[in-house]
Amino acid sequence: MLSFRRLTAFVLMALLWLGGCRLDMQVQPRLNPLAKSDFYPDQRSARSPVEGTVARGDLREDTYFYSGKIGNNPGDYMPFPVNQDVMLRGRERFNIYCAPCHSRLGDGNGTIAQRGFRRPPSFHIERLRKAPLGYFFDVMTNGFGAMPDYASQISARDRWSIVAYIRALQLSQNASSAEIPAGQKMPSAMPEQRSGLDSGATPPARAPSSKDKNTEQRK
Amino acid sequence: MQIFHRSTNTISRATIFGAVFVIAALFWAMAEIQRSPYVTYEGVVKPQPVAFSHQHHVTGLGIDCRYCHTSVEDSNFAGIPPTKTCMNCHAQIWTNAALLEPVRESYRTDKSLQWTRVNQLPDYVYFDHSIHINKGVGCNTCHGQVDRMPLMYQYASLQMEWCLNCHRAPEKHLRPRDQVFNMEYQQPVAGNPALVDGQSFTDQDSLGLFLVKKYKLRTERDITSCSTCHR
Ligand code: HEC
Ligand code: HEC
Ligand code: HEC
Ligand code: HEC
Ligand code: HEC
Ligand code: HEC
Repeated sequence: MLSFRRLTAFVLMALLWLGGCRLDMQVQPRLNPLAKSDFYPDQRSARSPVEGTVARGDLREDTYFYSGKIGNNPGDYMPFPVNQDVMLRGRERFNIYCAPCHSRLGDGNGTIAQRGFRRPPSFHIERLRKAPLGYFFDVMTNGFGAMPDYASQISARDRWSIVAYIRALQLSQNASSAEIPAGQKMPSAMPEQRSGLDSGATPPARAPSSKDKNTEQRK
Repeated sequence: MQIFHRSTNTISRATIFGAVFVIAALFWAMAEIQRSPYVTYEGVVKPQPVAFSHQHHVTGLGIDCRYCHTSVEDSNFAGIPPTKTCMNCHAQIWTNAALLEPVRESYRTDKSLQWTRVNQLPDYVYFDHSIHINKGVGCNTCHGQVDRMPLMYQYASLQMEWCLNCHRAPEKHLRPRDQVFNMEYQQPVAGNPALVDGQSFTDQDSLGLFLVKKYKLRTERDITSCSTCHR
């Protein structure tokens, strides 16, 4: 027979267990990113800072770095030295943010343009090849005509990296064979998907033939 | 006097014996329910204000995850795109579609679109996207084939067991960092090797161990200790 003491102990334990049914730890009194808030009338827990707030390290003393302009005119130099890393970063960011409309080649034939968005001009026209570097930065920062601005999606440094990459793209699309270093061959076909797709973006649908080949190899 | 018939001896023995099975079955059922979609919400589609299709935007249009989930590489929160991001394109595309009216209304009135969370951990768990991305865990390892989801659903159970399974042997899942966003990535096999730093790998074991070194992963003990996730 259960003694009275044992029975109480058991009941107490069971009561303690019930405590596990409370959700205090699951739902803590804090706001997760972008969660709904009942405190503010617009229900946003993510508040925008008061107008004129200067975050630490965000004083923007270097106006050229943040606007691409000297006075009112776009400047034509990079605010930081360009190296291989900057170029690779620029290519990656270009392929993420610009390629949907401008295409990876920069010829303005991206998928979104094909679906009815206003077709952007090719980067390889005379006017844009002569445009100063700061001009591209300004277009990204403030938008241009039908093109939306990208200031909130791309950091200033990344925008400059994209500028550097666009210039390289322009040069490459207009290079003559004499400019290719001796010993290097121009690829005449797209590089192999696996090793060539460095932006990591979902690759465009492959042609059925090449896809079949790949699945075959994987088996 | 004999109250019980002789046979009750056998019956009572059988009951005691059977009880073991009944109790075991109960525990089994509880464990199964605990892991079932009924509790974890695995595979459950939740109602959203706009029927946003990842399949359409990712596979159909080739948009990279980071176009919308901008902070996934450098913060714990992947980021849900603001209405402005949708309007980048939808200012000109499908401008009359009734499907998109909530987006346009949100843009006009500056009211937030209220998406329903699909993947959600309890508040006592700390999770960080950036470290997983930067150490080579692909989006689809945890979120499934997002590029084939007309409507978003939770792919994994997100239970502690699931996190630990990987933290105990991360090398089974690692891939080169530049392939993290590639939804069609396949683990390397003899006919389809992966190239990293000029070296060619033909199986996941050697690639995984190489990446563990290259990305300087901490020891199993470090990343399975309770305070990694419960801090
Ligand atoms: C949603 C589609 C879209 C995206 C994404 C986009 N653009 Fe554009 N872009 C356009 C359109 C459309 C125009 C033409 C605008 C016009 O003439 O009204 C344009 C024009 C331009 C121009 C030329 C301006 C001129 O003088 O003619 C530049 C430079 C440019 N974009 C750079 C970029 C860069 C850099 C990015 C990536 C950060 C980018 N664009 C992303 C649609 C886009
Ligand atoms: C065009 C913008 C866009 C792109 C590109 C995009 N997403 Fe999303 N994503 C959204 C929106 C909007 C939501 C919220 C609505 C929903 O859950 O369906 C979302 C939700 C999600 C969620 C669920 C969030 C939650 O509530 O738990 C995951 C996971 C996700 N996206 C992963 C990805 C991955 C992986 C990619 C790249 C293959 C990607 N997304 C590309 C816009 C986008
Ligand atoms: C980079 C451009 C781009 C962005 C950003 C974008 N969309 Fe779209 N979306 C499109 C295009 C193009 C179509 C039409 C596709 C077609 O015609 O095949 C479309 C179609 C749609 C459709 C209807 C078609 C369908 O079957 O799903 C919905 C709903 C939609 N988008 C919602 C959104 C939401 C919500 C966002 C913001 C999170 C968003 N889109 C961001 C380009 C974009
Ligand atoms: C290690 C597994 C893992 C990987 C890899 C991963 N996610 Fe997540 N993701 C999660 C978990 C877990 C949550 C729920 C987080 C929470 O509730 O705090 C989540 C939530 C999200 C959300 C909702 C917003 C948020 O941050 O809570 C989005 C969007 C998202 N993931 C997109 C992505 C994208 C895009 C990638 C690839 C670049 C990715 N995830 C890679 C596990 C992962
Ligand atoms: C597919 C593999 C995988 C899964 C699933 C996974 N992780 Fe991780 N996680 C990793 C790897 C790899 C690291 C990096 C370890 C290192 O740096 O040594 C990591 C690191 C972490 C860290 C350490 C972050 C820091 O800054 O110290 C946390 C926290 C974490 N994971 C939480 C989680 C949680 C919570 C889940 C389940 C919801 C989860 N992880 C699921 C692979 C995974
Ligand atoms: C890799 C990350 C990770 C590590 C390491 C980890 N946990 Fe967890 N833990 C989780 C997640 C995720 C959940 C939420 C599970 C769920 O929602 O069902 C959880 C839930 C729990 C719960 C609540 C279970 C429930 O059902 O309410 C307890 C208790 C717990 N963990 C204890 C521990 C202890 C003790 C350790 C150390 C031995 C530990 N955890 C290590 C990720 C982790």
